[in-house]
Amino acid sequence: MIRSPRLPLYITIATFILAFAICVSQYPAMLSTRVVANLLTDNAFLGIAAAGMTFVIISGGIDLSVGSVIAFTGVFLAVVMRDFPVHPLVAFAMVLAITISFGAAMGAIIHYLEMPPFIVTLAGMFLMRGLAYVMSTDSVPVTHDFYNTLQGIYWKAPGGGRFRMIGGLMILTYVVAMIVLHRTKFGQNVYAIGGSPVTAKLMGVPIAKTTIGIYAVSGGLAGLAGIVYSLYTSAGYSLATVGVELDAIAAVVIGGTLLSGGSGFVAGTFFGILIMGLIQTYIVFDGSLSSWWTKIVIGGLLFAFIMLQKGLSWATTMRRKPAAEFATRS
Amino acid sequence: MMNTTSAPVLHAAGISKFFPGSIALDDVELTLYSGEVHALLGENGAGKSTLIKCLTGAYRRDAGMIRLDGQEIDPRGPLDSQSLGIGTVYQEVNLLPNLTVADNLFLGWQPTRHGLLDRKTMVRRAGEILSGFGLEIDPSLLLSAYPIAIQQVVAIARAVEQSGKVLILDEPTASLDRDEIDLLFSVVRQLTARGIAVVFITHFLDQVFEIADRVTVLRNGRLVGTRQMDDVTQSDIVEMMLGRHLETHLRRRDRSAPGKSLLKLKNFGKRGMIEPFDLDLHEGEVVGLAGLLGSGRTETVKVIFGVTAADQGNAELRGKPVKMANPRESIAMRFGMCPEDRKTDGIVGDLSVRENIILSLQARQGWHRPLTRTKINEIVDHYVKALDIRLASPDMPIRLLSGGNQQKALLARALATEPELLILDEPTRGIDVGAHAEIIELIEHLRAHGMALVVASSEMAELVTYSNRIIVLRDRHHVRELEGDAINTGAIVRAITQQEALA
Ligand SMILES: Nc1ncnc2c1ncn2[C@@H]1O[C@H](COP(=O)(O)OP(=O)(O)OP(=O)(O)O)[C@@H](O)[C@H]1O
Ligand SMILES: [Mg+2]
Repeated sequence: MIRSPRLPLYITIATFILAFAICVSQYPAMLSTRVVANLLTDNAFLGIAAAGMTFVIISGGIDLSVGSVIAFTGVFLAVVMRDFPVHPLVAFAMVLAITISFGAAMGAIIHYLEMPPFIVTLAGMFLMRGLAYVMSTDSVPVTHDFYNTLQGIYWKAPGGGRFRMIGGLMILTYVVAMIVLHRTKFGQNVYAIGGSPVTAKLMGVPIAKTTIGIYAVSGGLAGLAGIVYSLYTSAGYSLATVGVELDAIAAVVIGGTLLSGGSGFVAGTFFGILIMGLIQTYIVFDGSLSSWWTKIVIGGLLFAFIMLQKGLSWATTMRRKPAAEFATRS
Repeated sequence: MMNTTSAPVLHAAGISKFFPGSIALDDVELTLYSGEVHALLGENGAGKSTLIKCLTGAYRRDAGMIRLDGQEIDPRGPLDSQSLGIGTVYQEVNLLPNLTVADNLFLGWQPTRHGLLDRKTMVRRAGEILSGFGLEIDPSLLLSAYPIAIQQVVAIARAVEQSGKVLILDEPTASLDRDEIDLLFSVVRQLTARGIAVVFITHFLDQVFEIADRVTVLRNGRLVGTRQMDDVTQSDIVEMMLGRHLETHLRRRDRSAPGKSLLKLKNFGKRGMIEPFDLDLHEGEVVGLAGLLGSGRTETVKVIFGVTAADQGNAELRGKPVKMANPRESIAMRFGMCPEDRKTDGIVGDLSVRENIILSLQARQGWHRPLTRTKINEIVDHYVKALDIRLASPDMPIRLLSGGNQQKALLARALATEPELLILDEPTRGIDVGAHAEIIELIEHLRAHGMALVVASSEMAELVTYSNRIIVLRDRHHVRELEGDAINTGAIVRAITQQEALA
């Protein structure tokens, strides 16, 4: 069991169940479809961005541009739809094309110029935030009928919870991300690069293609997160979602992904997001706690999970067996 | 068997490769025929691994052409050469510890169903492939769960599966036991019977004579020649490699009595790693540790140096009780150690050769008292010369050195601390015949000057030449101690197998 590569994932899921149980024991009202539905809706944009971040971190990189890309997307959509008579779906396609190319460009710079992802994506972060400012410094509202239609789509569960489209989109994102990461050659290459780029190269992994792909995925999902955020707030504001990349990183780490790369799960990130959302919900229910407690608890959790990973990797190396035990020859 | 009358499978000619400050390959030619085992030999740094990497496209060659089955090819990377049917086990980097065994085996050529990876098939096929190599392991576990020797077999299995035409093995046997080597050789024979050409790089000449049909020798990046194995003797090959004759001096060790007791271990051990043992080490004495892979040689060495702290027993240094809890304290007590697995435990790849060599010495001095520049250069120059480390400059990152030269640099690191007790784990792994003789000489020399040495090695003949005493290990037990005239390879083998019969 301790040797199972999935152990960190199980621990994250167990933590979520435990946290939920604690919440419910304190506030039985939290056991409702309403809370669950809101958890999904409120964290949809963060969740989608964190799914992309999972790819990046498993490959041993980091993407600091996520928050800026979300803000840029929101402003871009609002401004384009205000100034030109384009249908939102066209605007969505445009912005996704931009963010995917932006991510791919960062990946190309990281690979071909051999620059650290931290620096490249930090520059990307300033660039995107700057572009958002240039388009508009004020919050620009979106008033398109199609937005109202999309926002009006929900499934009303028994108990009164409204499962909205954006929550569903997040779940869909995770399903697709899981398949891509665990069941495709591209996904395997992401893990391989995270393990050791030098070895991966000698084993025949196409490093350039994969690195560019990884940052394109992260950029594209940040763009999708921006679309979701735009639907969620019906506005675009260049100062929005500052620091969201850090929340995404936190969710990825709480989800059991190693910051040093090479090991992790998309599903873990999903539960990481839920755990973080749950803490927030608890604080709302309590009413007396300052919302800063969210940050403090998340900080504590992060620390605990990093310690846990240390412990686990230590435990697995200690339990390595001698060669003789595996041989069958006489 | 080999068929030299027909056209070659692979023909590389005029291959050159330059690195800043060094010419790694200069107009080298290599011809492989279907069904042959072709040994590629040369000193450390001769350019063997570089030639392989140029052939597979891992390095861009600066000149030359490669033909596969008469067609000119230009692999742009390992993926290209894999799909052309050239499977390779590279010397340094093997596999990815963070992936499962099955994922490692199939990375890049995974079976798919409906466009998705077919994990069930992967695990099942991996199990079948590995049991063909005598391994019954769970392929769905992480590679890192298994010891180095197993990982090495997995790497070989992967390359074998990919080699439709050519299989290249760069020092595959360095961390394998005789049984595993036999198994590898039988697989190689099966492959050659199917017409695959095998390139085999090693520093073990007996293995070359055992398996190879032809041999190509490189020296300083140049081709010395290609010969039929039937036409050459071992000393011919050594002369081709070194460019000089190597006197084989199996001098018996002189029997000057060891000096004062240095380190006394009583009932020393660690649960789950090594059974408690007693060891009495004297100045001017070499104690050899013999045994099969996984018998506890490395574990013994690790508890003595405090890499893993012992959980029972006590230690006395010159009569005073001491604790060996971690390597830093051991270094402070003037112990030195050269680890077995240089890639994970030894070198700091991105630091320069110079920094790697003085690392332990500087650590012992304390970082607040840096060594002076002149002192550093003096030490580094001395050891580079003494151990004949081949490098373009001491400032180059150590990962760019050839495998054997990295090993020598690690030895230099341990020697630079001028230890009183030197612990060597597989000191000659990956080291060429010339340097091999020099290292044995060095061990003799250090011993004669009063150093105590503990040497773990899988090469019994080598242990016999320099050890005053040999401890034989089996199943993590110290089972037998041989001394004086009782030391010979036969006795070691008997000590290992007798116990086997008892157990
Ligand atoms: N990437 C690199 N940059 C600079 N120099 C290099 C690089 N790779 C290899 N060299 C140099 O090229 C020479 C040949 O190295 P190579 O690894 O081919 O030797 P080798 O014959 O495989 O030796 P060994 O038996 O020790 O493995 C060495 O002097 C090495 O320092
Ligand atoms: Mg080599």
